[in-house]
Formats: sequence, structure tokens, C-alpha cells
Amino acid sequence: MKAFTQLNGLVCAMDRANVDTDAIIPKQFLKSIKRSGFGPNLFDEWRYLDHGEPGMDNSQRPLNPEFELNFPRYAGAEVLLARDNFGCGSSREHAPWAIEDYGFRALIAPSFADIFFNNCFKNGLLPIVQPADVVDQLFREAAASEGYRLNIDLAAQTITTPSGQVFSFEITEHRKACLLNGWDEIGLTLRHADEIRAFEEKRKSEQPWLFA
Amino acid sequence: MSCKTLYDKLWESHIVRQEADGTCLIYIDRHLVHEVTSPQAFEGLKLAGRQLWRKSSIVSTADHNTPTNEWDKGIQDPISRTQVETLDANIKEFGALAYFPFKDIKQGIVHVVGPENGATLPGMTVVCGDSHTSTHGAFAALAHGIGTSEVEHVMATQTLVAKKSKAMLVRVDGVLGKGVTAKDVALAIIGKIGTAGGTGYAIEFGGSAIRGLSIEGRMTLCNMAIEGGARAGMVAFDDKTAEYLKGRDFAPKGELWDKAVAYWSSLVSDEGAQFDAVVELKAEDIAPQVTWGTSPEQVLPVTAVVPNPADQADPVKQASYTRALQYMGLEANTPITDIPVDKVFIGSCTNSRIEDLRAAAGVVKGKKKADSVKLVLIVPGSGLVKRQAEEEGLDKIFIEAGFEWREPGCSMCLAMNADRLEPGERCASTSNRNFEGRQGQGGRTHLVSPEMAAAAAIAGHFVDIRNWN
Repeated sequence: MKAFTQLNGLVCAMDRANVDTDAIIPKQFLKSIKRSGFGPNLFDEWRYLDHGEPGMDNSQRPLNPEFELNFPRYAGAEVLLARDNFGCGSSREHAPWAIEDYGFRALIAPSFADIFFNNCFKNGLLPIVQPADVVDQLFREAAASEGYRLNIDLAAQTITTPSGQVFSFEITEHRKACLLNGWDEIGLTLRHADEIRAFEEKRKSEQPWLFA
Repeated sequence: MSCKTLYDKLWESHIVRQEADGTCLIYIDRHLVHEVTSPQAFEGLKLAGRQLWRKSSIVSTADHNTPTNEWDKGIQDPISRTQVETLDANIKEFGALAYFPFKDIKQGIVHVVGPENGATLPGMTVVCGDSHTSTHGAFAALAHGIGTSEVEHVMATQTLVAKKSKAMLVRVDGVLGKGVTAKDVALAIIGKIGTAGGTGYAIEFGGSAIRGLSIEGRMTLCNMAIEGGARAGMVAFDDKTAEYLKGRDFAPKGELWDKAVAYWSSLVSDEGAQFDAVVELKAEDIAPQVTWGTSPEQVLPVTAVVPNPADQADPVKQASYTRALQYMGLEANTPITDIPVDKVFIGSCTNSRIEDLRAAAGVVKGKKKADSVKLVLIVPGSGLVKRQAEEEGLDKIFIEAGFEWREPGCSMCLAMNADRLEPGERCASTSNRNFEGRQGQGGRTHLVSPEMAAAAAIAGHFVDIRNWN
């Protein structure tokens, strides 16, 4: 996994609540058996004016000029500023895969859906929860100044605005360590293989019907 | 001894180890695997040279991509076919307790297949790379969806890294009225708490109305916990749970059964157990529900009118209402019962079990589909549900009404196969999500119960099922 330490990134503001994973990456792209290449189809139904299918040459498709991602001012954005309940709906990890593949590294919203939030950390993406009034302020600032960037420091757990205002954010120690170091979580867990095996043996003796 | 919730008991009995920050390693008993969210996980195992930790934990089937007609022709879409064949090959290479491939009599939607084979048992942790895994909580199990990285993690380690959620009790007391189903209860709860209301919580559904639901009804309810934002929904163990499970393939037998039931009887919240949040509804207040917008929380009783965005004080909500009405092609203040439908879908992991099909058939019997309705799809949840329905003659009732009787699968719930809405088409659907494009790009979904969907197919528009005869 790609490590995440610090980021000074251009902000793309997407002012709508309850953005669901069907919108983030529509179902037809879930047929892939690969983990990569979903970026061009991120927000496919909002981003393009035609109907997208796997295997199309996306560079030839008509873009929807009214969709935020297509605004020239947001080209190259690495921070996605969003509203409540971002990532609701299905568990598809294709959603964070597409967001990461597009080039985003961090997301900021008042709330995220649980499964999506969890999936982000497995892919080097940092989802940050901020109070609604802070998010409102960031939306206002992003709208007011083109090229609006935020500085995100994971070690310090801070977001710094261009004017130098600092907001702190919460993250569990475990997730922070994994992101900072780009650790493979399976490898970490397997260090406890003996404990897992002992737990399993005990369970087998107490509830043998689970091990039919 | 302190009083514990059902969730406390399920969580604590699966902790392998706990870190100082509260992060736990949780043991996973059952892992359900389907074709869409597993290929990258198997690939990860192969690349790292890892094996399955315990292959007897895995029950697998192909459901999302499989066609629901012309099975003799196989899977026509080459990309869908590759994904299903990849699952075949991965299960062959890595192994599983059970695999129900495309066309097997036991193949079907993973959340229908698990319980009907007794592969979901009380006290288990159940995971699957699918958000509707919450369904299995109906058996007093801790069940939730996971992403593909976690699918791989469970495959390789039989555990998940997780933090305990908060506990919410949703209590529904009273007796549900005629024509009011578990689906209506689920939608009414989501209408009350919102799609993010359960975020960060595991929900236990309790109260006399929940106890009164059948196991299949409880599955419908738990299935939609995720639409209320909660990864896990659950219902306490009782005699109905035991009765449903007894004799099923993977349920314990003989002496082990008695031992299991003795343990399972403890899988209830203790009297006086504390929840972080409690939400209460009266069963008598719940009418048949219909969603009008593009989020499951945008739901109203069938007797209501489409809301006016101008009445919303919150500007973000007002914008979302306006956008939803525009997408749905609806005018404010239109009575719900005046909304015509183009297609009807009865199926999905929410409502495709035998009781759902019986209920729909009961509404339809001796009647015909409205001419204005282009297509009515009846998609049973599994091969076993289909066979049972045919033994009861339900298929004939549907066919005589002009409906299509299809093969099992996820079908038009998410339209990964050929079953989908065309742009602008309006559908009464028994599925779980009315998101933009969910049933096909530009398609308009109204979530309802099987009875309400069946009645809409006959009438050509939504009707209050309580007045049906």
C-alpha cells in the first residue's frame, strides 16, 4: 500500500450529500477482475454525457461540463471536499480504488459511510471527518479562491488552510501507523497467527458445530 | 454481573486480541464469497503465496452477474462470464465448504443461499464482500459487509481488524396492520433515522412487532440495516430461529443440536442492558411505504403526496430534494397513488424468498398485468426457492398474470446482468436501493414491499394494498 505522510493538495469541492458508491463507480465497471484502472470511470454517469461501458476509450467520450470533476479549476485535484454520508451504499472497494486511481489522496466530509470509510484506509487514502461548520467554511473558501489548496499532515493530524488556520482531526493509532508506513495489514495480523490458532482451538472445543 | 446487549455478547466472544487504542482482532466464523468482490482478493493471496486460513469457513455462489433467462445459452456477456469463470477457477484452486456455481439447483443470491442451507448460525460472525451481509443478523449473528482488502484479510487470517461500534436498539412494539410487511417496517425506520442515522452503530431490532415477524421477515429487516447506515443489524435468538434452522444441511444435528440450542438461547440482550441510542416506533403507525426519491430515506406512506422541496429548511436537503424530484421526473404534491410504473421487479436479497413470492402471488391470483406495464420480473432468490414456488404453483399464477418467471440471481436490483431499466423508465421494485442509476442508467426506482409491487403491476400505478381485494 502507498504510504500517506503529508500532502499539499488542490481541493475539488463536490457540494452534494449522500454520494453513494453506485455514483462513485457504476456497476458495469465492477465486472473487472483487476484492482486498477478504475480512475477514468470515477463518477462515470455524472462525468460523461454518454453511457459508459468497460473497454471504451474514455478520452473520446463527451464530458459533462456541469460536473465538478470536469471544471478546469479542479484539474489535478488531490483532496475531495464532500458533504454528509459520503460513500453510502455498497461495500464495493472499487469506489476507493477509483478515487485513488483518479489521483485523490484525501477526502474531507462531515461524515462518511462506515464500510467506505474503512475501505479507504486499505488503499492509502485518508478520509478525514470534520465538523459541519468547518466543512462549510472550507466549501466557502474553495469556492472563493481558484487554486485553493490544503495542507494535510497525518503525523500531526492537522489540516492547514492557505491562511494558516489549523484544524485537527482524529484517527486511530492503528490506522495511522498503517497509513504512515504503507503497511500490509495481512502481514501485520499474521504476526499473531499463534493467538489466532489458540483462539480457534478453544472455539472448536466449545462450539464444535461451527467447524463442521 | 453487568447486563450485556446481544451485540456485546457477539463482539466479546470473538475477540482474539485487543490493542491499547481499542482496535481488535475479531475471529470470523463464516465467509460468504461471490464473484464480484473476490477476484482481486484471490489474486492478492496468489501474489503473496498465501493459502486460505480455513477453507471450511467459506460458502460461495455466483449471483451478481448471472443471467435470469436463457440459461441454456450460458452467460452471454463476455466480461460477466470471465468474472464467474474466475470464481469457478479460484474455488477449484483454493477450496470451500460449499460452492453453488451457476446453474446449480442451490445457486442463488448469497444472502438467500447461506441461511437456507443452514450455513448461517446464531452466534457466528458472518462476513461477505457485500453490504447486504447484514441480512444474516436475523439469526442473532454478527454479520456485516466488508471490502475486498478485508475479504483477502479474512481469507488469509480468519480475522478482521475492527473497532467495536456503538449499540442502537430499534424497538417496534405492537401489531402490524394488514398489508404492512417487514419491508415497510425497514423503510419506515430508515425514514425516521435517515440513511446516516445508523452510521457507527450496530442495530438490534427488538420489540413485540419484531418478535412477531417470521425469520424471513427478520432477514428483510436486517438486510436494510445498511440502508440506515448501520453495517450490522440483528435480532435476538428465539424459538422461531431454532425452528427455521432445524434440519438444514449445515445446521448441527443430534446431540450437537441440543448443545447448540442451549448456547444460542443466551444470544439475547439482557434485561436492563444499556444501548447508546434507542429509537422507538409503534407498529400501528406504520403504513405501506413507497420511496419517492433517490435515497432510501426519501420515503413516505402510500397515502402521502410527493414532498415540496420548498418546505425544507436545510439548504443542502432542499437541493437534494430538488435534484431527486428532477431525476425521478416527479412534481411536488402528486399523490403517490397517482404515480404510474413502467416495470416491476420482485426479487433481490431483500425480498426474493418463498414468503415474498407467496405474498405477491396472493395479490396477483386471477388478475392480469396492466397493459401500460411493460415488464414484470419475478426473480426467485435461489434455485431452491424457485423449486419450492413451482411446487406450490406460484409460477403459474405469475405467468397467467403476464409476468416473467425467471431464474435466480441478483438481477435488476443492481443491473449487472442484462436485466435493467432504460433511461426514464419507472420501476416498482422490492430491492433495497433507489440510488440514481442503480437499476440502469437514468432508471427511476421506487422501493416497496412484494405485495405493493405486485399490486402496482396489476393496477399500473401505486395503490394502497390495504384496500386491495
